[in-house]
Amino acid sequence: MTSFRTLFFRSKPDASLSRARRAGKKSNPEMAHERFKFIRIFFVLGIVGLLVLLTGIVITLGPLNISVADSYSALLALFWPDHFSVDPLTSRVVWNIRFPRILGGIMAGFGLGICGSVMQAVLKNPLASPFTLGITAGAQFGISIAAVIGFSILGGPYFIIGNAFVCALLCSLFIIGLAAIKGASSENLVLAGIAVNYFFTAISQLLKYFASDEQLRLMTNWGMGDLAAFSWTNSELLLVIFVICIPLLMTKCWDLNIMTAGDETAKSIGVNAERTRIFIMVVSSLLVATIVCFMGTIAFVGLVAPHMARMVIGGDHRFLIPASGVLGALVLMSADAVGMNLIAPTIIPTGIMTSIVGVPFFMYLMMKGKRKEFWT
Amino acid sequence: MMIKLQAKSIVFGYTSNPILDDVNFEIAPSKLVTIVGPNGSGKSTLIKCIDRIAAPQGGSILIDRKDVTKMSRMDMARYLSYVPQSSVRIFPTNVFDTILMGRRPHIGWLGSDKDEKKVWDVLRLLDIERLAMSNFSELSGGQQQKVLIARALVQEAEVMLLDEPTSNLDIWHQLDVMNIIRDVVKKKEITAIMALHDLNLASYYSDRIIMMKKGKIMAAGDPHSVITEENIASVYRVEAAVRSLSDRPMIMPLRQIREARAY
Repeated sequence: MTSFRTLFFRSKPDASLSRARRAGKKSNPEMAHERFKFIRIFFVLGIVGLLVLLTGIVITLGPLNISVADSYSALLALFWPDHFSVDPLTSRVVWNIRFPRILGGIMAGFGLGICGSVMQAVLKNPLASPFTLGITAGAQFGISIAAVIGFSILGGPYFIIGNAFVCALLCSLFIIGLAAIKGASSENLVLAGIAVNYFFTAISQLLKYFASDEQLRLMTNWGMGDLAAFSWTNSELLLVIFVICIPLLMTKCWDLNIMTAGDETAKSIGVNAERTRIFIMVVSSLLVATIVCFMGTIAFVGLVAPHMARMVIGGDHRFLIPASGVLGALVLMSADAVGMNLIAPTIIPTGIMTSIVGVPFFMYLMMKGKRKEFWT
Repeated sequence: MMIKLQAKSIVFGYTSNPILDDVNFEIAPSKLVTIVGPNGSGKSTLIKCIDRIAAPQGGSILIDRKDVTKMSRMDMARYLSYVPQSSVRIFPTNVFDTILMGRRPHIGWLGSDKDEKKVWDVLRLLDIERLAMSNFSELSGGQQQKVLIARALVQEAEVMLLDEPTSNLDIWHQLDVMNIIRDVVKKKEITAIMALHDLNLASYYSDRIIMMKKGKIMAAGDPHSVITEENIASVYRVEAAVRSLSDRPMIMPLRQIREARAY
């Protein structure tokens, strides 16, 4: 990171420093800091702009051949029906299929990116992701119960999804509770998370062992990591959870900065490290469980988006949280667009595409980063 | 005597094997106090108990007659700051952001120019302004220690606790760090309490020394009254020569004392 900064803010020789002093201006390090603050804001605004731009492009792509102009007319027709006319099929595809999928992708990527960044901070672990706390194993367990035993907590259309949500949430709350009893240190949480993960995976496998072919298909269909489940109703539900959870996480951005310096330091600066850790865990578990029950597991986004953001703008969570979210949305949406259109009309599941597209990109950043000492 | 900080019967650890056993002391304002003692004497634990990083089983800490043990952490952080021995950074953070963390007890949600100005002031005070945008993990041990002291200073607490701030430093940087602490104690009229291994550094810089052994205070007072051949022998089990140098007792350890053990 240092050299990234020196790249942009190479210190001028001393002559300019004394000139600045004489003129009563800010000193050189202060100028560098001001420039860094500007770049941070510029970067966040830049990726938001990129996201809007990309959304505009992706909405015109799809297995059904709809022209760019028709795609936009279909959208605008909803607001100004008098000025734009489109045939009902185009309108339905754009508004009811493409748009919710894009919106779902943006929200899921945003949520996973944000949860990844706060999880890494409170667990003080660059390997942490939203799935460290057994969310996937819990969700899979819930689905196995629904598929094999036929028991569901919520009925109707939420027969499967409801189970995934409730079990994912219970599983992570169980882990958090377990760690809280022993003292909510990051080590305890990671250990409890991994152990409980294995336990629920084992039970799911046990159920799988006794499942019929049809039940097996039901179990594997979920969990590939796919955005296809996003409809308008689901997106609205997700939006409600977002509006509750993300501001809660953002209020803790200072405490998160301090938590990365270790529990002792955090306590001495006035942050109750254990309580903050549990709070962050509970809120992000709720958020991730909601995303996962619709979409399955796309672990990669939550792991990588915070690292990408940290490479450019450093570790200040006031900027890192939104930047991780937007980068997560960008990665997920672009990967999904590629998956939808690469060998159309076959749609490659989002989770598969995210890793195939995202991992080489991340590898490139990592290799490049190593030379520039992003990683310490 | 005016009292800045008062520790009342601090107990830590299990009753069979107490790490701190009913520790009591009082410290006057604007003093540099060091806590010395052999390994396992409880000096670092005492520092941590004062700041409630380790939760003592009993006792209370009073600052300006206010019981900080009953305060919330955020309120307590306005009275007490803490400089850890070292700080491991998992994620890269620059020096400026590291120091800005210390403003947490005072800061609003967005942070303000006032807070940033205080960081610059402290950076200039410690003459590390040019390091502001460097990555904390890439600094030398001495520079890191200065940054940690800077973070404690922007916290603007009147009592600063330090846990062996010189333990990983060469002698030039040991003096550098000790001089900084002595200067801020004078200039900012804060009280510094530090655990320290080096008896000669303690003797040279301290206004008061507290000498501990097995969780108890064995001697306390000015350096001349604490750093004596008798105390070194009974607390450290080392025969030492103590001489006065620029009006401070300096010790030269001579040999270990091996008492006969009953088997």
